[in-house]
Amino acid sequence: MAEANTINGKEASEVAAPETTRGGIHYTPRVDIYETADEVVLLCDMPGVRPQDLDVRFERGELSLFGKVETRQTPADYFQEEYGIGDFYRSFTIGPEVDAAKISAQCRDGVLTVHLPKQEKVKPKRIAVQAC
Amino acid sequence: MFRLTRWHPFQEFRHEMRNFRREMNRVFGRAGLELWPALAVSYPPVNLWEDDDFVYAEAELPGFKLPDLEILVSGDDQLTFKGKRELSLPEKVGWHRQERAFGSFERVLTLPNSVDPAKVDARLENGVLTIKMAKSPAAKPQRITVKAQ
Repeated sequence: MAEANTINGKEASEVAAPETTRGGIHYTPRVDIYETADEVVLLCDMPGVRPQDLDVRFERGELSLFGKVETRQTPADYFQEEYGIGDFYRSFTIGPEVDAAKISAQCRDGVLTVHLPKQEKVKPKRIAVQAC
Repeated sequence: MFRLTRWHPFQEFRHEMRNFRREMNRVFGRAGLELWPALAVSYPPVNLWEDDDFVYAEAELPGFKLPDLEILVSGDDQLTFKGKRELSLPEKVGWHRQERAFGSFERVLTLPNSVDPAKVDARLENGVLTIKMAKSPAAKPQRITVKAQ
């Protein structure tokens, strides 16, 4: 067995999320969040989630991400079972600098991208310095 | 129906461990504690199972595209997969969180049954890689008709 890995696996931890009627386990998806001068960008790994099965909400300053995962394996038993399959849920508190009306989201190859544009008034502005 | 399968010495133990882990997670999971992290640390985690005709391997590979992956079946029962995920970012960013992983991986798995390397079908959909491998005829369960005399 030759295994040279530089990447870590999915976190199989369950979080205390609002309970759903479907029951089962919620997985916490891994995220990257970074900020540029104009916006905050959130990237979220949600393998197995189709774009139409995503529920991204922004409510009272809280951004919640929910991805429904369809059951796709029904073996009687596994030879090897290293991860579980279930819905993804995670939520974040977003500061007032984000312009809620302009939040947009895309999903591709199991990665959700949320763009949170900053309000005009908080964007850094370059002030021209005049020689006098 | 009875079926003869290859004996996996650790299969039963692993099965028990898994049930135990599930039970512990069910009891303590609500508190947000991760008592039993996945036994495997290799990337990507893989699920392996089979039916009468096929062996299936599945891995979660979000953000990967098919050209980033290389899948090989060699020596009847060795499945190798390699891949790479690159991070592409605008030049100047300030990080709030960085939890997603980037880089390359290689993993070799021994399959529970021998398969036909010519009949391997791989699909990558919404970040989930599914490899469906046809079992070699010798590995398939045979139904033997018993004739009445």
